[in-house]
Amino acid sequence: MTDLSLTLPVRRRRSSASYRLERRLKKAALMVAVGLVLVYTLFPYYWAIVSSTKQGAALYRDTFLPALDFTYYRALFENTVFLGSLVNSAFVATSTTALSLILGISAAYALGRIDFPQRRGVLLAILMISIFPQVVVLSGMFELINWLGLYNRPSALVVTYLLATVPFTTWILTTFIREFPRELEEAAIIDGCSHFRILTKILLPLMGPSLASTGILAFILAWNEFLFALTFILTDENRTVPVAIGLMGGNSRYEYPFAQIMAASVTVTLPLIILVLIFQRRIVAGLTAGAVKG
Amino acid sequence: MSVKLARADRRAAWLFMAPMIVAMLVVAVWPLARTFYFSFTDAYLDDPTNFSLVGIDNFLEVLDDHTWWIAVRNTLVFTAISVAIETALGLAIALLINQAIPGRGLVRAAILVPWAIPVVVATKIWEWMLNDQFGVLNQMLIALGLVDHGIAWTASGTLIMGVVIFIDVWMTTPFMVLLILAGLQMIPGEIMEAAEVDGIPAWKRFWSITLPLLKPAIGVAVLFRVLDALRMFDLAYVLAASSEQVMTVSIYARNRLISFQELGIGSAASTWVFLLVAFIAILVIGVLRLDRAAGEAA
Repeated sequence: MTDLSLTLPVRRRRSSASYRLERRLKKAALMVAVGLVLVYTLFPYYWAIVSSTKQGAALYRDTFLPALDFTYYRALFENTVFLGSLVNSAFVATSTTALSLILGISAAYALGRIDFPQRRGVLLAILMISIFPQVVVLSGMFELINWLGLYNRPSALVVTYLLATVPFTTWILTTFIREFPRELEEAAIIDGCSHFRILTKILLPLMGPSLASTGILAFILAWNEFLFALTFILTDENRTVPVAIGLMGGNSRYEYPFAQIMAASVTVTLPLIILVLIFQRRIVAGLTAGAVKG
Repeated sequence: MSVKLARADRRAAWLFMAPMIVAMLVVAVWPLARTFYFSFTDAYLDDPTNFSLVGIDNFLEVLDDHTWWIAVRNTLVFTAISVAIETALGLAIALLINQAIPGRGLVRAAILVPWAIPVVVATKIWEWMLNDQFGVLNQMLIALGLVDHGIAWTASGTLIMGVVIFIDVWMTTPFMVLLILAGLQMIPGEIMEAAEVDGIPAWKRFWSITLPLLKPAIGVAVLFRVLDALRMFDLAYVLAASSEQVMTVSIYARNRLISFQELGIGSAASTWVFLLVAFIAILVIGVLRLDRAAGEAA
């Protein structure tokens, strides 16, 4: 009781001006936080762009504006080996994405729409395959690639990347298919429509956005992969871009070609960033669909 | 009739899954089985058809190797610290984006940038920024008068693990933010409003309402990140090749297998990696389940 009478005078009514001040301070603090987050996430890529347009000694001066000297980019696009690795990466990532979407959507239809007793077991097996480390299958995969006669060929990577992308596309597409109301197909089922026709004529036309977000994520996964690309490709002209950049280096620590590496880094990342910014909402939907329901 | 229909359905289900199952048998189950098999042999990579069975010798040899234990320690240290920082930072940024602030869409788009950049590229960019002589970070520190000469971030044995963790945090915090944000948006607004009307202070609202309701979302995100961090290969490999200071179990196993051509021992190391990851996965899932059960009881 005494407590209450002591605290009451302290918590007197504040003027509306003090509330306004508090609100403004809070807003300012939030803006500073937003600024910090933006600098933290964006500055490294900005700095890579800046560095890649600086020549010679200018590279070592810390001006924060790009010098707009595109020598390194021109050199990069005259470098047939680097262009070759861009082509390899595009081929590998596109083929992997297409294959995993086809395998994934077909399996996802069964897992999302047909009731059969082993469904949970299959889903669990898929989840387990997607979490174990790639290095665990490396020796068996090496033997398999040799046996298929694919060693040192980009198509070897398409085969091996299915290990990571197919469980992923299957899982995400299953959650997407389950979100569609079943009423969509009920009439078709009563009419005796086959499952194949239900999938291709009813569900697929509606699944464009889901396929796009799943496809982008699978593409990024395949485009960025490093371990298999490093191990199963032997010669420079068959490499993918991440490995090409990873192995770039000078003869010594002191002639390290940082500006060239930055130019290559900006080049390979630009398509991904544009893709991500355009499909921002879809990507977030895909990422969370895969995880929240996991 | 319905039994027949159900059987037809079941057959259709397996038919639809057949391409996926065949692919998984070829690229996952078979290589995994072969890896297990090779780990009991003395095979070498240059002639994998010529070998004999040696029992569990390879497994013991890996356990006898001092470098293996360094790799295990590195991997565990890296996983524990980087996932802890990512969770805290991811939670903070998610709470920030969840506020009604100007430029919210911009921040949401911006945090996707580090996530989309390939690991190799991110590593190279940070390696350049952290360069001891010309790196922008050192130059800023010198300009601010905090140090008088550049710090050799990536060349020093004690700092390099910190650098690896720092780069990983930069790359993977966006993933955490997105998953936690999805969890935040599932919390009904009325609860918070009611608490606010009742005059409950902000920190207490966070601690007693937001955090418990976020637990499932954070749990799933942590599980994914832990499993991903345990198999980390590219970041440490690009930054420091086979330097022992940041060697992970994946780098160790690949070294034995490819660089030393020891198919048998390399496979045994891979099998140990598999067991390690499986053990930690079960551990983490167990902890999550316990949390969920406790939440239901309360």
